[in-house]
Amino acid sequence: MIKINSKKLAKFLGLKAVRLLILLIVIAAISFIMIQLSPIDPVRAYLGQRIVSQEQLAIMGEYWGTNLSLGERVMGWISTLASGSMGFSLIYRVPVTEVIVQKFTASLTLMVSSWIISGVFGFLLGVLAGAKEGTWIDKVIKTYCYILQSSPTFWIGLVLLMVFSVYLGWFPIGLSVPIGQLADTVTFWQWLHRLILPAFTLSIVGIASLTMYTRDKLINVKKSDYFLFAQARGESFWGIIKNHGIRNILIPAITIQFMSFNELFGGTILVEQVFAYPGIGQATVAAGLRSDVPLLLGIVIISTIFVFAGNLIADIIYKYVDPRLRGEDDD
Amino acid sequence: MGKLLEVNNLSISFTQYVQGLNRHDLKVISDLSLDIEESEIVAVLGSSGSGKSLLAHTILGILPYNAHVTGEVKYKGEVLDQDKKEKIRGKEICLIPQSVNFLDPLMKVSQQAVGECKDDDERKEKKLKQREVFAKYGLDESVDDLYPFELSGGMARKVLLSTALLNDPDLLIADEPTPGLDSKSVEETIQDIRKLKEQGKGVLLITHEIDVALKTADRIAIFYSGYVIEINKVENFLNSENLLHPYTKALVDALPRNGFKLTEGVQPLEEVSGCPYYENCPISSDKCANNKPELIEHNGAMIRCFNFNKAVSEDSVSEEVVDGVVSEAPVEDSVSEEVIEEPITEEIAEEVNDEEANDGA
Amino acid sequence: MTETPWYNKGLFSSLNLRQKTLLTIGLTGLVLFGIFICGWMIDANLPTDFTMKMQAPSFSHPFGTDWMGRDMFIRTIKGLSLSIVIGIGASIISSFIATILAFVASVNKWFDEFVSWLIDLFASIPHILLIMMISIALGKGAFGVIMAVAFSHWVNLTRVLRAEVLQINTSEYVALSNRLGRSKLWIAKEHILPLVLSQIFVGTLLVFPHAIMHEASVTFLGFGLSPHEPAIGIILSESMSYLAMGAWWLAFFPGLALLIVVLLFDIIGDNLKRLLDPGEANN
Repeated sequence: MIKINSKKLAKFLGLKAVRLLILLIVIAAISFIMIQLSPIDPVRAYLGQRIVSQEQLAIMGEYWGTNLSLGERVMGWISTLASGSMGFSLIYRVPVTEVIVQKFTASLTLMVSSWIISGVFGFLLGVLAGAKEGTWIDKVIKTYCYILQSSPTFWIGLVLLMVFSVYLGWFPIGLSVPIGQLADTVTFWQWLHRLILPAFTLSIVGIASLTMYTRDKLINVKKSDYFLFAQARGESFWGIIKNHGIRNILIPAITIQFMSFNELFGGTILVEQVFAYPGIGQATVAAGLRSDVPLLLGIVIISTIFVFAGNLIADIIYKYVDPRLRGEDDD
Repeated sequence: MGKLLEVNNLSISFTQYVQGLNRHDLKVISDLSLDIEESEIVAVLGSSGSGKSLLAHTILGILPYNAHVTGEVKYKGEVLDQDKKEKIRGKEICLIPQSVNFLDPLMKVSQQAVGECKDDDERKEKKLKQREVFAKYGLDESVDDLYPFELSGGMARKVLLSTALLNDPDLLIADEPTPGLDSKSVEETIQDIRKLKEQGKGVLLITHEIDVALKTADRIAIFYSGYVIEINKVENFLNSENLLHPYTKALVDALPRNGFKLTEGVQPLEEVSGCPYYENCPISSDKCANNKPELIEHNGAMIRCFNFNKAVSEDSVSEEVVDGVVSEAPVEDSVSEEVIEEPITEEIAEEVNDEEANDGA
Repeated sequence: MTETPWYNKGLFSSLNLRQKTLLTIGLTGLVLFGIFICGWMIDANLPTDFTMKMQAPSFSHPFGTDWMGRDMFIRTIKGLSLSIVIGIGASIISSFIATILAFVASVNKWFDEFVSWLIDLFASIPHILLIMMISIALGKGAFGVIMAVAFSHWVNLTRVLRAEVLQINTSEYVALSNRLGRSKLWIAKEHILPLVLSQIFVGTLLVFPHAIMHEASVTFLGFGLSPHEPAIGIILSESMSYLAMGAWWLAFFPGLALLIVVLLFDIIGDNLKRLLDPGEANN
């Protein structure tokens, strides 16, 4: 059984927490400075082509804080942070925390479902390709991965949208909630109906890297001495793949999948844009385009924590599940 | 006469890619023939990294797919094709591998020894058998639950041996069973292998340690530069007079008890047009430069040399070059005597391509 | 047993793997160069013809036409050549950053720690978010997006080079040069740089496809090139408005063309890597 040295784990987590804190402070500061340095005028960006009077412009300047000096803006931001809030979203006109919680929950369903789908199928395809290395099955899977790795996520989304929504009419073209309905009155099926296509897009894009990784790992296992010996002992090919192959590649594959949170988040931003899925991705784009600095900073922080969490879990799995490393840890 | 195993004219070569993707064909084993009878131990002796292990891999049908093989392998008079090899490996022919690396690092050893089972009944039965065999080799129950990395060298040796014996095979192939072991474990291993012979099993022992070969085997096949150049009874190795090939003579003369004469010399790696030993041979003739001698029978031994029966003066042999295998074992009166102190063996031939590289290819 | 191996079958049976690899690199490079030159010669202001608007693909317009009657094939080629330019610019800058950081890391332990920390920092923000932020900070446009892509793609190459430089630094001839009193800069220039040059070259090529794809992505989201530029990202985001009308060609062909360009760059990078490090070819 897995024995975890709780004291060691606590120390490990403590160190990681300190790292995360430093990381967040630095990233928040850099992001803030970068946005403040931007030559883009947020008021103009917000208004777009609309024409407004001088007075309205002044009011808006005050709302966005463009009439303040850089120093005042920095102080203002720090004092908001110090008070324990992330400030007020300028475009949604509610506290940033509220926007993030709501949008992130919506995206989480999307991300988690596609993460699981791509994990399971990516692993299975990788095992299949690796086991059948050199055959046409392997070539088909390899080509598929190669093409997917070279194709922009949003274009895949567009193609699927054209085929399944426009041409076949199976799914709605946009919006996770039907027009004219409140978010909480949506039935589970309506919601699922709108989730399938974005989740599918995100999954098939995510499969590629995991499949290639699993395939390479399995091919390495096939070259190993213990694989050879298992064959020499007369075990069947698929039996060896199952008993020795999967045993040795499952942990690295899960680790890699947890480390892919970075790409997952990036993919979500693009996919949500294509399918008009109202999640954190759309909020990010809106905040960026219309210079909603507090919201953008909030998203940067939450996404950093998200990516960090993935890497942390990967680290823990790697350190505590492999019996060889577990043994070292007890010393 | 029922031969357990017969290997006839076996050749193995590999295709490799080197820097800049230039193709390169590498011949590892050329025209190898040998046979093993029941209750017999035959050693294949050659320098380490010379590709001897591939002989074992061929018999078991586990060569990498870029290997090109010609020749035939017969087991109990029947030619083994890939299908047959797959059927009988692990059952009638078992491998005792080189090291603990041949065990799955993430699986407990008892589980690996038991191996694949169709159902729970079979598992229980095999588990009992496994415990019995492990116990016979002094491995108590605590060993069952260890991972391979937790085994000591001697323990790993015994685990590998018992794993091979679990299915009660008729033929065992021991691939370099001794390197890296302390002298006590080496001695135990030799004893264990000798005992297999007493149980009527045939053993193919692949080794680069001449001492181990001399103490274990009934017959020894000398593997030189991809060729078997001589197969002779172990008694004949007591005195180089009784041996046929100049290389073998030089090898035996180089043993410490015979004066330990040694100069440098390298086994040719590239395919040569004549006898592979031509460059270093004291009795070579013009014929040897461009013609390959066949492996022929002579007085119950096998020899690959045109000139072996020409008289060779004692001096020319004693000055001869030995390469590939050197033993620094202390002088002993009798080879079959069981006492040895630290038989350290090392190879001088620096091999460009070792087996690992080929296996991985 | 004497069966012809796979590499000796088919059209190029007379060539060996090395020649075939070189041929692949040459042909692929030629195609990309052709696209680049064609796009470069096309005037950015395409003729508009409203009588020809929203035409489905045909012989005269293989990729169809858009809402202003512009030929989508020409727009796509122009967009691809822009993508290639941005890709080249961004990858060269990112390799430059990676090389400098790798050498900085080799100075002493503190610098090494700092570079490792920088790598961690940049790897911990989602890529696209990072590109968006840098692009916003630099005022978007071609300059913004090139810098943004460059500043977010140096991480992998830096890791590789850092390890490589570290290894060379422990070699005997570097130790000898140290004893001879050569300066660190001299050692870096004379000993280390020549050895890692091929790595840098391959690294740059391998960044290309990512750079092109990320540029298209951020442009699509509205954080890259301005809507007046003939970029693939712009074409695709424009096409969103016409999808529901069934104008599938507006999105399909430009995206497919982008995919092919990325794939071609991938092929060049992989083949070159194999040529310099044959380990994989033995499989």
